[in-house]
Amino acid sequence: MIGLTHYLVVAAILFALGVLGLIANRKNLIVMLMAIELILLAVNLNLVAFSAFLHDLVGQIFAMFVLTVAAGEAAIGLAILVIYFRGRGTIAVDDVNRMKG
Amino acid sequence: MIQAFAFYLFAAIVILSAVLTITARNPVHAVLWLILAFFNAAGLMVLVGAEFIAMLLVIVYVGAVAVLFLFVVMMLNIDFAELRAGFVRYALIGLAFAVALAAEIMIAFGAWQAGTIELARRAAPAPDTVPNIEALGLLLYSRYLFVFEGAGLVLLVAMIGAIVLTHRERSGVRPQNISRQNARRPQDATRNTQPTVGQGIEL
Repeated sequence: MIGLTHYLVVAAILFALGVLGLIANRKNLIVMLMAIELILLAVNLNLVAFSAFLHDLVGQIFAMFVLTVAAGEAAIGLAILVIYFRGRGTIAVDDVNRMKG
Repeated sequence: MIQAFAFYLFAAIVILSAVLTITARNPVHAVLWLILAFFNAAGLMVLVGAEFIAMLLVIVYVGAVAVLFLFVVMMLNIDFAELRAGFVRYALIGLAFAVALAAEIMIAFGAWQAGTIELARRAAPAPDTVPNIEALGLLLYSRYLFVFEGAGLVLLVAMIGAIVLTHRERSGVRPQNISRQNARRPQDATRNTQPTVGQGIEL
């Protein structure tokens, strides 16, 4: 039977894949943002699984707030990406440290 | 039986599409794989009875965030081939990080399942009589009302921030000045003249 552990293992694999994508795609800021979305999805999956299997609704409430913050983060991140590309013509993160002032 | 089958199906597709998201050559394909991952994660959430969060995931992520990603990917004119440079080198480091993190989380599950950690009292026990969305609404609009308002504020700030960041004044365009248009009267715009024959008028 499917238990809490199954869900936690899936979420753990998803989280690890998100971290892998974050580190491996150093040249591509868009895919890095997508990897962050994957990480947040794993977190949401964990929250919902715990909430369902422990019969406590607060996990789902918190998952909703995580969703809100993830949406805001995606919007701001993509806006920064757009102005960064406009000024520099590339989206490699290796020289973001020049982005001062 | 059917639940186990559905779980393994959704879980396999989630993990597969996550792998393809981070390894896809073309960012447009990566976004599409991400959408598939979100759909199947929503399926996983439906399986445990969290329908509202699942629908929220589909609407907010697939309907808004993924489309935003698609917009940006297609708007920027990027040479995607050079973006792959160094992928293998970084992938090795990333793989080490990922394996370490996954192992840590598994160990945490093992410790949690051993049952030595005392769980706190339930904050809001899920009622059996009302459906999921109703129970969530009852909780969200009473005990978590201010947090909910704060979430709305976060979204407002994100919206204003995105607009302020990407807005630019464009020179060389002639925007419509509506108040000037409305203030213009016929007597300012036209004049009556009585030209003498053969002379015409000066424009």
